[in-house]
Amino acid sequence: MSKLKHFFKSFTLRDLLTGLRITGKHLWRRKVTIQFPEEQTPQSPRFRGLHALRRYPNGEERCIGCKLCEAVCPAAAITIDAGPRQSDGTRRTTRYEIDMFKCIYCGFCEESCPVDSIVETRVMDYHFEKRGDHILTKAQLLAIGDKYEEQIAEDRRQDAKYR
Amino acid sequence: MLDMIIDFFVIGAKIGLILLPLILAVAYTTYAERKIIGYMQMRLGPNRVGPKGWLQPIADVIKLLMKEVVVPSGSNKALFLLAPILFIAPSFAAWAVIPFDVELALANSDVGLLYILAMTSIAVYGVIIAGWASNSKYALLGSLRSASQIISYEIAMGFALVGVLMASGSMNLGEIVKAQDGGLLHWFWIPLLPLLVIYWVSGVAETNRAPFDLPEGESEIVAGFHVEYAGISFALFFLAEYANMILISVLTTLFFFGGWLNPFQGIPFVEEVTGWIPGIAWLLLKAGFFLFLMIWLRATFPRYRYDQIMRLGWKVFIPVTVVWLMILTFMIKAGVGPWFTGRGVL
Repeated sequence: MSKLKHFFKSFTLRDLLTGLRITGKHLWRRKVTIQFPEEQTPQSPRFRGLHALRRYPNGEERCIGCKLCEAVCPAAAITIDAGPRQSDGTRRTTRYEIDMFKCIYCGFCEESCPVDSIVETRVMDYHFEKRGDHILTKAQLLAIGDKYEEQIAEDRRQDAKYR
Repeated sequence: MLDMIIDFFVIGAKIGLILLPLILAVAYTTYAERKIIGYMQMRLGPNRVGPKGWLQPIADVIKLLMKEVVVPSGSNKALFLLAPILFIAPSFAAWAVIPFDVELALANSDVGLLYILAMTSIAVYGVIIAGWASNSKYALLGSLRSASQIISYEIAMGFALVGVLMASGSMNLGEIVKAQDGGLLHWFWIPLLPLLVIYWVSGVAETNRAPFDLPEGESEIVAGFHVEYAGISFALFFLAEYANMILISVLTTLFFFGGWLNPFQGIPFVEEVTGWIPGIAWLLLKAGFFLFLMIWLRATFPRYRYDQIMRLGWKVFIPVTVVWLMILTFMIKAGVGPWFTGRGVL
Protein backbone atom coordinates (compact mmCIF):
# COMPACT_ATOMS: atom_id res chain seq x y z
CA MET A 1 0.00 0.00 0.00
CA SER A 2 2.72 2.43 0.97
CA LYS A 3 4.56 1.42 -2.17
CA LEU A 4 1.50 2.33 -4.23
CA LYS A 5 1.22 5.62 -2.37
CA HIS A 6 4.85 6.38 -3.07
CA PHE A 7 4.32 5.50 -6.72
CA PHE A 8 1.50 8.00 -7.15
CA LYS A 9 3.26 10.61 -5.06
CA SER A 10 6.38 10.49 -7.21
CA PHE A 11 4.61 10.30 -10.55
CA THR A 12 2.31 13.22 -9.85
CA LEU A 13 5.47 15.20 -8.88
CA ARG A 14 3.76 16.24 -5.67
CA ASP A 15 6.89 17.02 -3.67
CA LEU A 16 8.38 18.99 -6.52
CA LEU A 17 5.23 21.06 -6.99
CA THR A 18 5.11 21.80 -3.26
CA GLY A 19 8.65 23.11 -3.47
CA LEU A 20 7.84 25.21 -6.51
CA ARG A 21 4.82 26.66 -4.74
CA ILE A 22 6.96 27.84 -1.82
CA THR A 23 9.51 29.60 -4.01
CA GLY A 24 6.68 30.94 -6.17
CA LYS A 25 5.11 32.52 -3.10
CA HIS A 26 8.40 34.04 -2.01
CA LEU A 27 8.69 35.79 -5.36
CA TRP A 28 5.97 38.19 -4.21
CA ARG A 29 7.11 38.58 -0.60
CA ARG A 30 8.48 41.84 0.71
CA LYS A 31 12.25 42.02 0.14
CA VAL A 32 14.49 42.30 3.16
CA THR A 33 17.54 43.77 1.44
CA ILE A 34 18.96 46.91 3.05
CA GLN A 35 20.65 49.11 0.46
CA PHE A 36 23.69 49.83 2.56
CA PRO A 37 25.10 53.25 1.84
CA GLU A 38 21.62 54.78 1.53
CA GLU A 39 19.89 52.72 4.20
CA GLN A 40 21.38 51.43 7.41
CA THR A 41 20.32 48.99 10.06
CA PRO A 42 19.60 50.55 13.47
CA GLN A 43 22.65 50.62 15.74
CA SER A 44 22.83 50.15 19.49
CA PRO A 45 24.49 52.89 21.56
CA ARG A 46 26.81 50.10 22.70
CA PHE A 47 27.99 49.45 19.14
CA ARG A 48 31.68 48.57 19.04
CA GLY A 49 33.38 49.99 15.96
CA LEU A 50 36.42 52.13 15.27
CA HIS A 51 38.43 53.17 18.34
CA ALA A 52 38.90 56.71 19.60
CA LEU A 53 40.68 58.51 22.44
CA ARG A 54 38.57 61.15 24.19
CA ARG A 55 39.38 64.53 25.75
CA TYR A 56 37.82 66.46 28.65
CA PRO A 57 35.70 69.47 27.66
CA ASN A 58 38.67 71.76 28.49
CA GLY A 59 40.75 70.06 25.83
CA GLU A 60 42.93 67.95 28.15
CA GLU A 61 43.33 64.34 27.01
CA ARG A 62 41.68 61.86 29.36
CA CYS A 63 44.23 59.08 29.14
CA ILE A 64 46.50 58.83 32.18
CA GLY A 65 48.67 56.00 30.87
CA CYS A 66 47.52 53.35 33.40
CA LYS A 67 47.94 50.60 30.78
CA LEU A 68 44.86 48.70 31.99
CA CYS A 69 43.61 48.44 28.40
CA GLU A 70 46.95 47.13 27.24
CA ALA A 71 46.84 44.51 29.99
CA VAL A 72 43.26 43.40 29.34
CA CYS A 73 43.47 43.32 25.56
CA PRO A 74 43.02 39.62 24.61
CA ALA A 75 44.54 40.15 21.17
CA ALA A 76 47.50 42.19 22.45
CA ALA A 77 46.61 44.87 19.93
CA ILE A 78 47.43 47.88 22.15
CA THR A 79 50.95 49.18 22.74
CA ILE A 80 51.54 51.95 25.31
CA ASP A 81 54.60 53.85 26.51
CA ALA A 82 54.02 56.28 29.35
CA GLY A 83 55.92 58.86 31.31
CA PRO A 84 55.71 62.35 32.89
CA ARG A 85 54.75 65.12 30.49
CA GLN A 86 57.43 67.74 30.05
CA SER A 87 55.23 70.82 30.50
CA ASP A 88 53.56 69.92 33.83
CA GLY A 89 54.99 66.58 34.91
CA THR A 90 51.64 64.70 34.86
CA ARG A 91 51.66 61.07 33.80
CA ARG A 92 50.70 60.75 30.13
CA THR A 93 51.20 58.30 27.29
CA THR A 94 54.08 59.01 24.94
CA ARG A 95 52.92 56.28 22.60
CA TYR A 96 49.44 54.83 22.22
CA GLU A 97 48.99 52.53 19.25
CA ILE A 98 46.25 50.07 18.28
CA ASP A 99 46.94 47.44 15.64
CA MET A 100 43.54 47.28 13.91
CA PHE A 101 44.36 43.96 12.27
CA LYS A 102 44.85 42.35 15.66
CA CYS A 103 41.86 44.00 17.30
CA ILE A 104 38.82 41.75 17.73
CA TYR A 105 36.45 44.55 18.82
CA CYS A 106 35.64 42.90 22.15
CA GLY A 107 35.32 46.22 23.96
CA PHE A 108 37.40 45.15 26.98
CA CYS A 109 39.66 48.20 26.64
CA GLU A 110 36.65 50.47 26.88
CA GLU A 111 35.32 48.59 29.93
CA SER A 112 38.66 48.61 31.70
CA CYS A 113 39.33 52.33 31.20
CA PRO A 114 38.95 54.20 34.53
CA VAL A 115 38.64 57.62 32.86
CA ASP A 116 36.48 56.69 29.81
CA SER A 117 39.36 57.63 27.53
CA ILE A 118 39.61 54.76 25.05
CA VAL A 119 36.18 54.11 23.52
CA GLU A 120 34.76 52.36 20.52
CA THR A 121 32.65 54.55 18.25
CA ARG A 122 29.81 53.59 15.95
CA VAL A 123 31.99 53.97 12.85
CA MET A 124 32.23 50.63 11.11
CA ASP A 125 32.89 51.39 7.43
CA TYR A 126 36.53 52.38 7.23
CA HIS A 127 39.52 51.06 5.35
CA PHE A 128 43.29 51.35 5.07
CA GLU A 129 44.96 52.30 1.82
CA LYS A 130 48.64 51.68 2.53
CA ARG A 131 50.64 48.97 4.24
CA GLY A 132 51.19 50.08 7.83
CA ASP A 133 48.07 52.26 7.91
CA HIS A 134 46.36 49.69 10.09
CA ILE A 135 48.35 50.83 13.14
CA LEU A 136 46.46 53.79 14.56
CA THR A 137 48.69 56.24 16.43
CA LYS A 138 47.80 58.39 19.41
CA ALA A 139 47.32 61.47 17.22
CA GLN A 140 44.99 59.62 14.87
CA LEU A 141 42.95 58.18 17.74
CA LEU A 142 42.60 61.59 19.38
CA ALA A 143 41.51 63.05 16.03
CA ILE A 144 38.82 60.40 15.69
CA GLY A 145 37.72 61.22 19.22
CA ASP A 146 37.48 64.93 18.41
CA LYS A 147 35.48 64.22 15.27
CA TYR A 148 32.82 62.01 16.90
CA GLU A 149 32.86 63.45 20.46
CA GLU A 150 29.20 64.49 20.34
CA GLN A 151 28.00 61.02 19.37
CA ILE A 152 30.38 59.32 21.83
CA ALA A 153 29.23 61.50 24.74
CA GLU A 154 25.56 60.93 23.90
CA ASP A 155 26.05 57.15 23.75
CA ARG A 156 27.89 57.13 27.12
CA ARG A 157 25.10 59.23 28.66
CA GLN A 158 22.43 56.79 27.45
CA ASP A 159 24.35 53.82 28.76
CA ALA A 160 25.40 55.48 32.06
CA LYS A 161 22.65 54.00 34.23
CA TYR A 162 23.63 50.46 33.32
CA ARG A 163 27.32 50.89 34.16
CA MET B 1 26.99 33.85 -60.13
CA LEU B 2 25.38 37.13 -59.11
CA ASP B 3 22.37 35.21 -57.82
CA MET B 4 24.63 33.18 -55.57
CA ILE B 5 26.24 36.26 -54.11
CA ILE B 6 22.88 37.90 -53.46
CA ASP B 7 21.61 34.67 -51.88
CA PHE B 8 24.69 34.56 -49.73
CA PHE B 9 24.06 38.03 -48.36
CA VAL B 10 20.34 37.49 -47.89
CA ILE B 11 21.00 34.33 -45.87
CA GLY B 12 23.70 36.14 -43.93
CA ALA B 13 21.26 38.91 -43.08
CA LYS B 14 18.67 36.36 -41.96
CA ILE B 15 21.24 34.65 -39.74
CA GLY B 16 22.07 38.02 -38.25
CA LEU B 17 18.38 38.71 -37.66
CA ILE B 18 18.14 35.51 -35.63
CA LEU B 19 21.49 35.63 -33.84
CA LEU B 20 21.60 39.26 -32.72
CA PRO B 21 18.27 39.18 -30.89
CA LEU B 22 19.29 35.77 -29.53
CA ILE B 23 22.51 37.12 -28.03
CA LEU B 24 20.62 40.06 -26.60
CA ALA B 25 18.05 37.65 -25.18
CA VAL B 26 20.86 35.62 -23.61
CA ALA B 27 22.27 38.73 -21.96
CA TYR B 28 18.90 39.64 -20.50
CA THR B 29 18.15 36.05 -19.50
CA THR B 30 21.12 36.26 -17.16
CA TYR B 31 19.68 39.49 -15.78
CA ALA B 32 16.23 37.94 -15.42
CA GLU B 33 17.73 34.91 -13.72
CA ARG B 34 19.61 36.93 -11.14
CA LYS B 35 16.60 39.13 -10.54
CA ILE B 36 14.06 36.30 -10.24
CA ILE B 37 16.26 34.10 -8.06
CA GLY B 38 17.01 37.15 -5.95
CA TYR B 39 13.31 37.86 -5.52
CA MET B 40 12.59 34.24 -4.63
CA GLN B 41 15.24 34.50 -1.93
CA MET B 42 13.68 37.78 -0.76
CA ARG B 43 16.63 39.79 -2.06
CA LEU B 44 16.55 42.56 -4.65
CA GLY B 45 19.04 41.20 -7.17
CA PRO B 46 21.27 43.47 -9.25
CA ASN B 47 20.00 47.06 -9.13
CA ARG B 48 23.06 49.30 -9.25
CA VAL B 49 24.09 49.54 -12.92
CA GLY B 50 21.58 51.72 -14.73
CA PRO B 51 17.92 52.14 -13.71
CA LYS B 52 16.82 49.01 -11.80
CA GLY B 53 20.03 47.32 -12.90
CA TRP B 54 19.00 47.20 -16.55
CA LEU B 55 22.58 47.75 -17.74
CA GLN B 56 24.03 44.98 -15.56
CA PRO B 57 24.38 42.44 -18.41
CA ILE B 58 26.14 45.04 -20.57
CA ALA B 59 28.58 45.74 -17.76
CA ASP B 60 29.16 42.01 -17.35
CA VAL B 61 29.88 41.59 -21.04
CA ILE B 62 32.37 44.46 -21.04
CA LYS B 63 34.09 43.03 -17.99
CA LEU B 64 34.41 39.59 -19.56
CA LEU B 65 35.68 40.98 -22.86
CA MET B 66 38.39 42.98 -21.16
CA LYS B 67 39.71 40.09 -19.10
CA GLU B 68 42.76 38.12 -20.09
CA VAL B 69 42.30 34.68 -21.64
CA VAL B 70 44.51 32.50 -19.51
CA VAL B 71 45.78 29.32 -21.18
CA PRO B 72 47.12 26.87 -18.58
CA SER B 73 50.72 25.84 -19.27
CA GLY B 74 49.97 22.10 -19.17
CA SER B 75 46.99 22.33 -21.49
CA ASN B 76 46.59 21.37 -25.11
CA LYS B 77 46.43 24.90 -26.45
CA ALA B 78 44.68 24.32 -29.78
CA LEU B 79 41.94 22.14 -28.30
CA PHE B 80 41.64 24.37 -25.27
CA LEU B 81 40.74 27.31 -27.48
CA LEU B 82 38.65 25.22 -29.88
CA ALA B 83 36.39 23.78 -27.17
CA PRO B 84 34.27 26.87 -26.44
CA ILE B 85 33.69 27.30 -30.17
CA LEU B 86 32.64 23.67 -30.49
CA PHE B 87 30.27 24.20 -27.61
CA ILE B 88 28.63 27.37 -28.86
CA ALA B 89 28.42 26.62 -32.59
CA PRO B 90 25.79 23.84 -32.35
CA SER B 91 23.66 25.80 -29.92
CA PHE B 92 23.50 28.61 -32.48
CA ALA B 93 23.23 26.32 -35.49
CA ALA B 94 20.16 24.60 -34.05
CA TRP B 95 18.22 27.85 -34.48
CA ALA B 96 18.34 27.43 -38.26
CA VAL B 97 15.28 25.16 -38.40
CA ILE B 98 13.17 26.86 -35.74
CA PRO B 99 9.94 28.21 -37.29
CA PHE B 100 9.03 31.51 -35.63
CA ASP B 101 5.76 31.87 -37.49
CA VAL B 102 4.00 30.29 -40.45
CA GLU B 103 6.72 30.03 -43.13
CA LEU B 104 9.06 32.13 -41.01
CA ALA B 105 12.13 29.92 -40.63
CA LEU B 106 15.68 30.15 -41.92
CA ALA B 107 15.55 26.59 -43.24
CA ASN B 108 12.22 24.82 -43.64
CA SER B 109 13.82 21.40 -43.40
CA ASP B 110 11.88 18.14 -43.57
CA VAL B 111 14.30 16.54 -41.12
CA GLY B 112 14.28 19.47 -38.70
CA LEU B 113 13.68 17.26 -35.70
CA LEU B 114 16.64 15.01 -36.46
CA TYR B 115 18.78 18.06 -37.08
CA ILE B 116 17.83 19.47 -33.67
CA LEU B 117 18.64 16.18 -31.97
CA ALA B 118 22.00 16.04 -33.74
CA MET B 119 22.90 19.62 -32.89
CA THR B 120 21.97 19.40 -29.23
CA SER B 121 24.03 16.19 -28.88
CA ILE B 122 27.10 17.49 -30.65
CA ALA B 123 27.59 20.17 -28.01
CA VAL B 124 28.85 17.50 -25.61
CA TYR B 125 32.08 17.32 -27.61
CA GLY B 126 32.80 20.90 -26.63
CA VAL B 127 32.37 19.96 -22.98
CA ILE B 128 34.51 16.83 -23.19
CA ILE B 129 37.30 18.55 -25.12
CA ALA B 130 37.21 21.52 -22.75
CA GLY B 131 37.57 19.21 -19.76
CA TRP B 132 40.31 17.12 -21.29
CA ALA B 133 42.36 19.93 -22.86
CA SER B 134 42.41 21.90 -19.60
CA ASN B 135 44.67 19.26 -18.04
CA SER B 136 42.96 19.73 -14.69
CA LYS B 137 41.37 17.04 -12.54
CA TYR B 138 38.24 19.03 -11.76
CA ALA B 139 37.70 19.91 -15.38
CA LEU B 140 38.12 16.28 -16.40
CA LEU B 141 35.70 15.07 -13.73
CA GLY B 142 33.18 17.68 -14.81
CA SER B 143 33.39 16.74 -18.44
CA LEU B 144 33.06 13.01 -17.63
CA ARG B 145 29.94 13.73 -15.63
CA SER B 146 28.59 15.87 -18.42
CA ALA B 147 29.21 13.19 -21.03
CA SER B 148 27.48 10.43 -19.11
CA GLN B 149 24.60 12.71 -18.18
CA ILE B 150 23.97 13.90 -21.72
CA ILE B 151 24.15 10.38 -23.15
CA SER B 152 21.70 9.06 -20.55
CA TYR B 153 19.17 11.79 -21.03
CA GLU B 154 19.55 11.86 -24.80
CA ILE B 155 17.78 8.50 -24.94
CA ALA B 156 14.77 9.58 -22.92
CA MET B 157 14.65 12.83 -24.86
CA GLY B 158 14.78 10.96 -28.17
CA PHE B 159 11.96 8.67 -27.09
CA ALA B 160 9.87 11.63 -26.02
CA LEU B 161 10.40 13.16 -29.45
CA VAL B 162 9.38 9.86 -31.08
CA GLY B 163 6.04 10.46 -29.39
CA VAL B 164 5.80 13.91 -30.94
CA LEU B 165 6.75 12.43 -34.26
CA MET B 166 4.03 9.78 -34.06
CA ALA B 167 1.42 12.30 -33.00
CA SER B 168 2.20 14.79 -35.73
CA GLY B 169 3.35 12.40 -38.45
CA SER B 170 6.15 14.69 -39.56
CA MET B 171 9.72 15.62 -38.76
CA ASN B 172 9.31 19.12 -40.14
CA LEU B 173 8.99 21.48 -37.16
CA GLY B 174 6.52 23.66 -39.04
CA GLU B 175 4.34 20.64 -39.82
CA ILE B 176 4.51 19.54 -36.18
CA VAL B 177 3.07 22.88 -35.12
CA LYS B 178 0.45 22.83 -37.87
CA ALA B 179 -0.69 19.39 -36.68
CA GLN B 180 -1.63 21.04 -33.37
CA ASP B 181 -3.90 23.61 -35.02
CA GLY B 182 -7.22 24.32 -33.31
CA GLY B 183 -6.67 25.97 -29.94
CA LEU B 184 -5.41 25.23 -26.46
CA LEU B 185 -7.01 21.80 -26.15
CA HIS B 186 -5.73 20.63 -29.52
CA TRP B 187 -2.09 21.03 -28.60
CA PHE B 188 -0.06 17.91 -27.90
CA TRP B 189 0.51 18.65 -24.23
CA ILE B 190 -2.64 16.74 -23.26
CA PRO B 191 -2.12 13.42 -25.04
CA LEU B 192 1.65 13.61 -24.55
CA LEU B 193 1.68 14.94 -20.99
CA PRO B 194 4.16 12.38 -19.55
CA LEU B 195 6.38 12.85 -22.58
CA LEU B 196 6.20 16.60 -22.12
CA VAL B 197 7.41 16.31 -18.53
CA ILE B 198 10.18 13.90 -19.55
CA TYR B 199 11.24 16.06 -22.48
CA TRP B 200 11.34 19.12 -20.28
CA VAL B 201 13.32 17.49 -17.49
CA SER B 202 15.71 15.90 -19.98
CA GLY B 203 16.09 19.28 -21.63
CA VAL B 204 17.04 20.84 -18.31
CA ALA B 205 19.51 17.99 -17.77
CA GLU B 206 20.96 18.45 -21.27
CA THR B 207 21.63 22.11 -20.74
CA ASN B 208 23.44 21.26 -17.48
CA ARG B 209 21.10 23.45 -15.51
CA ALA B 210 20.20 23.12 -11.84
CA PRO B 211 19.12 20.68 -10.42
CA PHE B 212 21.19 18.72 -12.94
CA ASP B 213 24.26 20.95 -12.90
CA LEU B 214 26.66 18.21 -11.80
CA PRO B 215 29.15 18.99 -14.59
CA GLU B 216 29.58 22.40 -12.98
CA GLY B 217 28.92 21.40 -9.38
CA GLU B 218 30.68 24.39 -7.89
CA SER B 219 30.54 22.98 -4.36
CA GLU B 220 32.19 19.70 -5.38
CA ILE B 221 34.41 20.26 -8.40
CA VAL B 222 34.82 24.04 -8.39
CA ALA B 223 33.25 24.92 -11.77
CA GLY B 224 33.58 21.59 -13.55
CA PHE B 225 34.64 21.57 -17.16
CA HIS B 226 35.19 25.33 -17.42
CA VAL B 227 37.35 25.90 -14.32
CA GLU B 228 40.36 26.89 -16.37
CA TYR B 229 38.54 29.29 -18.67
CA ALA B 230 38.57 33.03 -18.21
CA GLY B 231 37.50 36.11 -20.09
CA ILE B 232 35.93 35.70 -23.49
CA SER B 233 36.43 31.92 -23.65
CA PHE B 234 34.44 31.58 -20.44
CA ALA B 235 31.87 33.99 -21.82
CA LEU B 236 31.34 31.66 -24.79
CA PHE B 237 30.48 28.75 -22.47
CA PHE B 238 28.15 31.00 -20.56
CA LEU B 239 26.52 32.28 -23.73
CA ALA B 240 26.06 28.75 -25.07
CA GLU B 241 24.45 27.53 -21.86
CA TYR B 242 21.88 30.29 -21.92
CA ALA B 243 21.31 29.97 -25.67
CA ASN B 244 20.60 26.29 -25.03
CA MET B 245 18.13 27.20 -22.30
CA ILE B 246 16.25 29.45 -24.68
CA LEU B 247 16.43 26.79 -27.39
CA ILE B 248 14.95 24.10 -25.12
CA SER B 249 12.18 26.48 -24.08
CA VAL B 250 11.31 27.28 -27.69
CA LEU B 251 11.45 23.61 -28.68
CA THR B 252 9.12 22.61 -25.85
CA THR B 253 6.74 25.26 -27.08
CA LEU B 254 6.95 24.00 -30.65
CA PHE B 255 6.54 20.33 -29.81
CA PHE B 256 3.88 20.45 -27.11
CA PHE B 257 2.36 23.91 -26.91
CA GLY B 258 1.49 24.76 -30.46
CA GLY B 259 4.41 27.05 -31.31
CA TRP B 260 3.10 30.24 -32.84
CA LEU B 261 -0.59 29.22 -32.61
CA ASN B 262 -3.09 31.38 -30.80
CA PRO B 263 -4.27 29.55 -27.64
CA PHE B 264 -7.77 31.03 -27.96
CA GLN B 265 -8.35 29.56 -31.40
CA GLY B 266 -11.89 28.20 -31.65
CA ILE B 267 -13.32 30.22 -28.78
CA PRO B 268 -15.85 32.49 -30.54
CA PHE B 269 -15.28 35.97 -29.13
CA VAL B 270 -11.74 35.86 -27.69
CA GLU B 271 -10.31 34.54 -30.94
CA GLU B 272 -11.33 37.67 -32.86
CA VAL B 273 -10.10 40.01 -30.13
CA THR B 274 -6.67 38.38 -29.99
CA GLY B 275 -6.48 37.76 -33.73
CA TRP B 276 -4.18 40.73 -34.40
CA ILE B 277 -1.38 39.35 -32.23
CA PRO B 278 1.36 37.98 -34.51
CA GLY B 279 2.36 34.34 -34.18
CA ILE B 280 5.90 35.12 -33.13
CA ALA B 281 4.60 37.00 -30.10
CA TRP B 282 2.71 33.89 -28.96
CA LEU B 283 5.82 31.79 -29.51
CA LEU B 284 8.00 34.13 -27.48
CA LEU B 285 5.38 34.42 -24.75
CA LYS B 286 5.12 30.66 -24.36
CA ALA B 287 8.89 30.18 -24.56
CA GLY B 288 9.31 32.95 -22.01
CA PHE B 289 7.12 31.03 -19.59
CA PHE B 290 9.34 27.96 -19.93
CA LEU B 291 12.45 30.05 -19.50
CA PHE B 292 10.94 31.40 -16.31
CA LEU B 293 10.17 27.84 -15.22
CA MET B 294 13.80 26.89 -15.75
CA ILE B 295 14.95 29.73 -13.50
CA TRP B 296 12.22 28.83 -11.03
CA LEU B 297 13.52 25.25 -10.91
CA ARG B 298 17.00 26.52 -10.20
CA ALA B 299 15.77 28.65 -7.33
CA THR B 300 13.86 25.73 -5.85
CA PHE B 301 15.68 22.41 -6.08
CA PRO B 302 18.98 21.25 -4.63
CA ARG B 303 21.42 19.47 -6.90
CA TYR B 304 20.87 15.76 -7.53
CA ARG B 305 23.42 13.23 -6.42
CA TYR B 306 25.22 11.52 -9.30
CA ASP B 307 23.62 8.09 -8.79
CA GLN B 308 20.19 9.71 -8.46
CA ILE B 309 20.60 11.34 -11.85
CA MET B 310 21.53 8.04 -13.45
CA ARG B 311 18.63 6.26 -11.72
CA LEU B 312 16.15 8.90 -12.89
CA GLY B 313 17.39 8.76 -16.45
CA TRP B 314 17.68 5.02 -16.94
CA LYS B 315 15.20 3.46 -14.53
CA VAL B 316 12.37 5.99 -14.61
CA PHE B 317 12.36 8.07 -17.75
CA ILE B 318 13.17 5.43 -20.35
CA PRO B 319 10.56 2.87 -19.13
CA VAL B 320 7.92 5.58 -18.78
CA THR B 321 8.50 6.86 -22.30
CA VAL B 322 8.33 3.34 -23.77
CA VAL B 323 5.07 2.61 -21.96
CA TRP B 324 3.56 5.90 -23.06
CA LEU B 325 4.60 5.32 -26.65
CA MET B 326 2.53 2.12 -26.56
CA ILE B 327 -0.45 3.93 -25.08
CA LEU B 328 0.00 6.63 -27.71
CA THR B 329 -0.07 4.02 -30.45
CA PHE B 330 -3.46 2.81 -29.25
CA MET B 331 -4.73 6.38 -28.98
CA ILE B 332 -3.71 7.13 -32.55
CA LYS B 333 -5.09 3.86 -33.89
CA ALA B 334 -8.37 4.52 -32.09
CA GLY B 335 -8.41 8.07 -33.45
CA VAL B 336 -8.90 9.68 -30.07
CA GLY B 337 -10.11 13.24 -30.64
CA PRO B 338 -9.51 16.06 -31.05
CA TRP B 339 -5.86 15.27 -31.69
CA PHE B 340 -5.96 12.15 -33.78
CA THR B 341 -9.43 12.26 -35.37
CA GLY B 342 -9.43 11.04 -38.93
CA ARG B 343 -6.24 9.07 -38.47
CA GLY B 344 -7.70 6.08 -36.60
CA VAL B 345 -8.09 2.69 -38.21
CA LEU B 346 -10.10 0.88 -35.55
